[in-house]
Amino acid sequence: MRGLRVYTLVYLLFLYAPILLLPVFAFNASTVIAFPLAGFTTEWFTELATIPALHTAVLTSLKIAGVVAVVSTLLGICAARAAARYRFPGKAGIMGLIMLPLILPEIIVAVALLVVFLQVGLPLTSLTVILGHVLICTPFCVAILNGAFQSLDPALEEAAVDLGETGWGAFRLIILPLVMPGIIASLLIAFTISMDEFIVAFFVSGSDATLPVYLWGQLRFPQRLPAVMALGTILVAASVLLLTLAELARRRGVRRRGGQDTGGFL
Amino acid sequence: MAKDGQAGESRTGLLLVAPPLVYAVALLAGPMAMILLFSFWTQDFLDIDTTLTLNNYREAFRDPIYRELMGRSVWIAGVVTAVTVVLAFPVAYFISFHVAPRRKALWIFLVTIPFWTSYLVRVFLWKVILGFNGVLNTSLMGLGVIEEPLTVILYNLNAVVITLAHAYAPFAILPIFVALERIDRSLLEAARDLGDSALRAFWRVTLPLAMPGVVAASLIVFIPTIGDYVTPRLVGGPGGLMIANMIQTQFLRLDNAPMGATLAVLAMLSVGAIALVFVLLNRRFLKGRG
Repeated sequence: MRGLRVYTLVYLLFLYAPILLLPVFAFNASTVIAFPLAGFTTEWFTELATIPALHTAVLTSLKIAGVVAVVSTLLGICAARAAARYRFPGKAGIMGLIMLPLILPEIIVAVALLVVFLQVGLPLTSLTVILGHVLICTPFCVAILNGAFQSLDPALEEAAVDLGETGWGAFRLIILPLVMPGIIASLLIAFTISMDEFIVAFFVSGSDATLPVYLWGQLRFPQRLPAVMALGTILVAASVLLLTLAELARRRGVRRRGGQDTGGFL
Repeated sequence: MAKDGQAGESRTGLLLVAPPLVYAVALLAGPMAMILLFSFWTQDFLDIDTTLTLNNYREAFRDPIYRELMGRSVWIAGVVTAVTVVLAFPVAYFISFHVAPRRKALWIFLVTIPFWTSYLVRVFLWKVILGFNGVLNTSLMGLGVIEEPLTVILYNLNAVVITLAHAYAPFAILPIFVALERIDRSLLEAARDLGDSALRAFWRVTLPLAMPGVVAASLIVFIPTIGDYVTPRLVGGPGGLMIANMIQTQFLRLDNAPMGATLAVLAMLSVGAIALVFVLLNRRFLKGRG
């Protein structure tokens, strides 16, 4: 089984190759993104501080991602709770529709939204990006929260109701604390997806360019590429940090509910 | 709540699922229906002619460029799916069968991290890796493996396949891993006890039981790949463009939304048809095996 282990390590190297190379070029003192390396510099990072358009894009993305994280997690809580706790007619179809954006080609979602926004007369702004991102993020939130809600022992809630709590009281006092780590993981994941999403934002952001849309514009200019590498390094570091937090929250949730850890997100 | 019985439970459940459902209907089902409607309209300079017609579909079938892009997209998605799933299977197998149970979550986490990091930047870095003066060529030349830089790895289909196989790796690993985790290990012991070799036990027990995961992985990779826009645009070169690039052009450059909508509908139909055939074939295959 040595062979299998070696293969897996090589595969991991393949998976990590792009993000390991990113900092190499971000600190490289050459305007050309190629080997051989020319020396160490932090110039590209300081250059980032001097680009107002970039700052606007970052703020736009942060604002959008914040709203998206909250709204899609709320929608995710509704769907996951309904799926885990209740039986209702058309359940499979309803859940299927909610989860559909997970596998739909993004370009299809993007053009469908664009057509409808234009027909309804909704101007393309951050709001339209938020509407699109909530649609895309909600299935991920449902998938994460499903794990949290499904492993709850229904007896806990019944006991609370038997002891005189109202349904809402039992939910707030018993269920919510137990699924809280799942909710935090869901918020972080939705935030990360929204920060990184390009296609939908590309179609419906209008003049409110998000960070990926700004980045896309920069890729055409070779002289901007070193700064893009620096920006990419920061983005990768930030998303790895967010994901680690989300994973820690998820694991804490699994422990708190006394369950067995069976694997990561999705 | 238990006293209300079935009807009460249904009502509470529906009430709870209503917000995400209404959202999905308003922003997914509605817009998709709109796209379908649009595909039967035509663009008349700046105005849209709302007479229902099949003209767009006729043009889409007649014009060789649309046919070629669609065929190429299906072909690329198919190759990417095969490559991704075949490469991912041993990794999922290793994590499921050879990693200590309490370390599995960490491994799965390691596999998914690259997927969550900026998609644009990742794709762009493949361009850097595969380029003429790229990382791969300079390293191979430095090692003396090749004398001239390889040109077959950027701005063509190979580059698109490599980049997409990288982008969708976790999508393939996770479903296979889940299926492998569900396999009752005592079945394998039984096969070995009854005289099967390790390889034969894998072939006759593990692989058939892992098939649902392989099918799920294939579909999860195939469906979004067909509509990928960024990868063909950045590393595909002129010969590596796919249907999503044409849909984008129709909507944002040519201002011909109805034609774009038609291509989107056709892309969805091809995806749906192929996915269906795939699922049915697989069901048959599993039945045939017993």
